Amino acid sequence: MASAPAGTLYRGGEGMWSWVAHRITGVAVFFFLLVHVLDTALVRVSPDAYDAVIATYKTPIVNLLEVGLVGAVLYHGLNGLRIILVDFWAPGPRHQKTMFRSIIVVWVLLMIPGTYFMLKHTAEALFGSAS
Amino acid sequence: MSLRIADPRSARAGSGSNVEKYSWVFMRVSGLVLIFLVLGHLLIMNVLDGGVQRINFGFVAGRWSSPFWQAWDLLQLWLAMLHGANGMRTVINDYAEKPHTRFRLRMLLYIATVFIIVLGTLVIFTFDPSLA
Repeated sequence: MASAPAGTLYRGGEGMWSWVAHRITGVAVFFFLLVHVLDTALVRVSPDAYDAVIATYKTPIVNLLEVGLVGAVLYHGLNGLRIILVDFWAPGPRHQKTMFRSIIVVWVLLMIPGTYFMLKHTAEALFGSAS
Repeated sequence: MSLRIADPRSARAGSGSNVEKYSWVFMRVSGLVLIFLVLGHLLIMNVLDGGVQRINFGFVAGRWSSPFWQAWDLLQLWLAMLHGANGMRTVINDYAEKPHTRFRLRMLLYIATVFIIVLGTLVIFTFDPSLA
């Protein structure tokens, strides 16, 4: 039997923080999903009702929140792959820290162009188009 | 004083039920499928070709005229809701310690989950592009 540090089960490091972030992003995405099915359901009410709610998704502040949503989903998915490798790939547990750093690198590399395209219109509308 | 905890992955005292094992397997299988479905969805809806700015009723009507995207969205809805609800169940079990609170939160979660899955499924199957 392993013994944990006095008074806490939480051991810190990549193992704990990847799990904390997995929980937080998972719960956040779940609550968004509830709202998102409800707003999409407005296509059954009327085109105007749907277009009105979608218009809020196009405002600068909600547009910025969408970048956060995509970032949360992307992290949750990448870390989910890491969890699967830890569980099913024999050397996985030994490489969990390396895999955590790798998914952070992949996350940053994908979020840079992703954020650019997601915010392009908003930035042009707010600060004027260069073209 | 240090706290003694069970070794990771040590056998449980048999409860006779394998529900938690199936739940564990489901999270990994559905998660793998959702990586493709959800990241594909986000890429199309938020990143490519103008992203969210081009989405309106007509855009939805165009997509759901194809059985491919209907099937995509249906599978995505079911898997994402079940994966998310099962994750929330784990979170509730971890943090809600009073049996009463646990029970109420789980019931609230199950009712919301069934409602959203039924609503979303009806919307996909009964969508009427001529509503305009």
